[in-house]
Amino acid sequence: MATRTVIPFGPQHPVLPEPIHLDLVVEDEKVVEAIPSIGFIHRGLEKLVEKKDFPEFVYVAERICGICSFIHSQSYCQGIEEIMKLPVPPRAHYLRTIWGEISRVHSHLLWLGLMADAMGFESLFMHAWRVRERVLKIIEATTGGRVIFGVCKVGGVRRDIDAAAMRNVLAELAETERETKEIVKVFLNDGTVKHRLCGVGALAREDAYALGCVGPTLRASGWTNDTRKLGYAAFRELSFEPVTRTEGDCYARVAVRCDEIFQSIDLIRQAAAKIPGGELAVKVTGNPDGEVFVRTEQPRGEVLYYLKGNGTKNLQRFRVRTPTFANIPALVKSLQGCSLADVPVLVLTIDPCISCTER
Amino acid sequence: MSLFSMTGLVMKWLLRKPYTSRYPFEPRQPLAGSRGTLGVTMAACAFCALCAKRCPTQAIEVDRAAKRWTIDRLRCIACNCCVEICPKKCLEMKTAHGIPTVTKDRETFS
Repeated sequence: MATRTVIPFGPQHPVLPEPIHLDLVVEDEKVVEAIPSIGFIHRGLEKLVEKKDFPEFVYVAERICGICSFIHSQSYCQGIEEIMKLPVPPRAHYLRTIWGEISRVHSHLLWLGLMADAMGFESLFMHAWRVRERVLKIIEATTGGRVIFGVCKVGGVRRDIDAAAMRNVLAELAETERETKEIVKVFLNDGTVKHRLCGVGALAREDAYALGCVGPTLRASGWTNDTRKLGYAAFRELSFEPVTRTEGDCYARVAVRCDEIFQSIDLIRQAAAKIPGGELAVKVTGNPDGEVFVRTEQPRGEVLYYLKGNGTKNLQRFRVRTPTFANIPALVKSLQGCSLADVPVLVLTIDPCISCTER
Repeated sequence: MSLFSMTGLVMKWLLRKPYTSRYPFEPRQPLAGSRGTLGVTMAACAFCALCAKRCPTQAIEVDRAAKRWTIDRLRCIACNCCVEICPKKCLEMKTAHGIPTVTKDRETFS
């Protein structure tokens, strides 16, 4: 029997954008067990809810994560609106949907770039981020910020996208779609990429469910589970089917995310065609009193928000269960039995967002 | 990917100019709707301090007696709240981003 050795992976590692630590128990080159530990960038944002007024806390919620920032603020606002029974204008719902999907395109392109980098395919990484830059410019032109949108508020949204700006967004997205197709062709058909991804870290359908996976990681294992299907914001009026794959390996997770980029662009087109006129926000009076659970679909999967108000301007309790946290058990499972050289790629396939996870 | 399409891609990127700009020789042009830095026109300011009350990061301080308006640029998150609330419309969100700083000074206007 080979000797077992423990190799520390992270928190500082070239493949990790954020710090997570894994103790890899290896026999020769094969990983037998992976023990994760988190907690390197805990910021105590949940406790901060007791200090900030509930309308002000939108800015904090948005800063939980630097990539799925908009959907965090949207989830928080949806929760408060549900407690306070606020009639959010339909236009605001549509604008939130559009911005949410743009942020998904940007997040998936960012992840594709990181994935290419993890595989050692650096030119592909640069091409993915070149396309992402176009999406960031759409975000900056419509919201004013590149990463922190700052447009969501309790009761609606703070900015509008007028008809001319919407035409520009759609034109830019058409160009993004064309450029993304070129990149996706490489991700899905290139021999070296397939050799690196196919069959690596396969997660069985039953395991994915039992371990509580969410988002693309779950859908790559064959489950048609997408929180957008609950019909929050404007999703109930848009037609789409969750993207799924059955293989459950790294290649399937890449393929799901690639297809989701095109799905999101299609959803934006549908929303832009159906967007109604009217107000952007309603006036908010009073304080939230009650509790609520909110589920929304982030680029990485389902996020769960729990908000509890007690009739004062500060919330009493705020809790976030982020998709990366839900996907860590699946990561640990899929790392068992893999080759040491595949660990960086496998860690990236769950699209780890550690600042989200630790809040 | 076939050799033919790969050659096409190589030629395309060889012949066109670089995608990246030559920063800092070519400064980036801000987009029209961008939230850059906060600008203030003191002539119109009534020192009502609504901006300071609304600011989520407490970056703005208003001294009504001394007729002084100060801002901590490093605290400001350019959220545009103060611009929206200002009754005299003397605040504006400029599109250009602020210059880098090495000190934590407050900028004072009076």
